Amino acid sequence: MLNALAIAPQPPLASVVVGKTALVIGSALPLERRMRVGSTSGKLGTEASAEELMTAVAERRDRQAFVRLFETFGPRVKAYLIRQGADTASAEDLVQDVMLTVWRRAQQFDRSKAAVSTWVFTIARNRRIDTLRRARRPEIDPDDPALVPEPDEPADRVVETAQRRASLHAAVGELPEDQARLLRLAYFEDKSHSVIAEELALPLGTVKSRLRLAMGKLRAALETME
Amino acid sequence: MMPEHHPGDDLLIAYAAGSQDEPVALVVATHLALCPRCRKEVERLEELGGVLLEEHKTEALGEDSLARVLARLDDAALEAPDPQAPEPAPVDPRMPRPLRNYLGAGLERLDWTSYRGLDKAELLTEVPGFRTRLMRIKSGTAMPAHTHEGTELTLVLAGGFSDEHGHFLRGDVAEADAATDHRPVADPGEDCLCLAVTDAPLRLTGPFGRLLNPFLRI
Repeated sequence: MLNALAIAPQPPLASVVVGKTALVIGSALPLERRMRVGSTSGKLGTEASAEELMTAVAERRDRQAFVRLFETFGPRVKAYLIRQGADTASAEDLVQDVMLTVWRRAQQFDRSKAAVSTWVFTIARNRRIDTLRRARRPEIDPDDPALVPEPDEPADRVVETAQRRASLHAAVGELPEDQARLLRLAYFEDKSHSVIAEELALPLGTVKSRLRLAMGKLRAALETME
Repeated sequence: MMPEHHPGDDLLIAYAAGSQDEPVALVVATHLALCPRCRKEVERLEELGGVLLEEHKTEALGEDSLARVLARLDDAALEAPDPQAPEPAPVDPRMPRPLRNYLGAGLERLDWTSYRGLDKAELLTEVPGFRTRLMRIKSGTAMPAHTHEGTELTLVLAGGFSDEHGHFLRGDVAEADAATDHRPVADPGEDCLCLAVTDAPLRLTGPFGRLLNPFLRI
C-alpha cells in the first residue's frame, strides 16, 4: 500500500483515456460477472474500466459504479479471504469492510499510480493481517521526513496502468506451471516460504529460486514496456 | 545515498503478499523507507497481487451482501481512522517511520543492556519464535563469530559494518542463514546501530564465542 493510498488530485473524468483494461482484455479470465450493470449517469458504458468506475465513485459518489466494482471484486476478495483461512461468515463480513473502505477512501485512489485491483488487493491484505492474524503491518509513511526520496524519473517512462496489467496477465500466463503455482501459494495462502517448501516436499532454496525466476520473468515483461 | 544490499525477492514477495511475521516485515518496511528501488519493486509486487486477484476464482456472496453494504455507505460513524496514528515522540531522523512506531518514547528510553561494546534492546518481545533487537556496536568492535539455527536479518540504521559478504551501510540488509559463519566488525568512526531479527537462537562458534555464550546470550 505504498502509493496506493497516497492522496493525489484525481484527473477530471473528461480527460480519461478509455482504454482496454485487463478486466476486459482478459476474456479468458474466470470473470463470471462481467461489468454489465448499466449506469444511470450515462457516462459509463458497460465496458467501463475499473479505473473509470473508481473515478466516478471518487468524484460523484456514483453508486451504480460502486455496485459494479462490488460485483467484480467482492466475490474475488471473498475467495481470497477464505483461502487465507477465514470462515464463510467472517469472509462475508470482511468483504463488506473492504468494499466500504473502497467507497470511503475513493478519493485517495490514484489511478496514475495503481490499478483498482492493486488497490483492492492491498486493502484486503491489510484487513486480513489486522483481523485474521491480529498483527500490525509495518508500513512506510509517505510523509516521513526520514524517507529517502525517489530519484526523478523521466516522464515518458510512465506506462498506462492498464497496459502494465495486461502484460503482467500475459507474463503470468506464460510462467512454467511450477513457478505460477508457487507464486499463487505465496500470495494466497498465509504461509511462510519454509512451510510452503515443507508442504511441497521441496528444499527451501528451491522455493526461493523458483520465486526469483518467476519474478525475473515478470520484471522483464514489465521492463520491455518502460 | 541508496542502499546496495537489498532483501531478496522472496522477502519482498512475502512482504507484498502479507505472509510475513511482524518482525521480518518490520525489517523489510524499514528498508523500504530507505530504498526507493525496493519501494518500486514492492509496488510491482502489489500490482502482481492485484493481477492474481483478478484471475482468482470467485466465491458467491451472500444474497443480502450488496444490500448490506449499500445500506452502510452513508454511515459517517464508520469513517475509517487515518492509517497511521500521529507521531508519539519527536522524530528521530535516523529511525524511519515503520520502526519509530515500535520505539515508544524514543531510542534512548528503551531498555538497553550492555556488554563489551555491544548494547542491545529488545523489541516486539510479544511475537513468539523471533528475537527482534536494536544493536549498537561500538565503532571498530568485532562481534563474536556466530552461525544461526535459522535466519538472521540485519538492517543498518547508522554507521556500518563489514563481514565476509561485504560492507554494509545505512539501509543495507544482510541476510545470514544456517550456512553462514560470520564475524561482523563495526566500521571505525560512528557506532554501528542495527535492527536485527533472528527466527532462532544464534550459535556462537569461535573459541571465545563458546566461552562467552552462556553470558553473552547473543
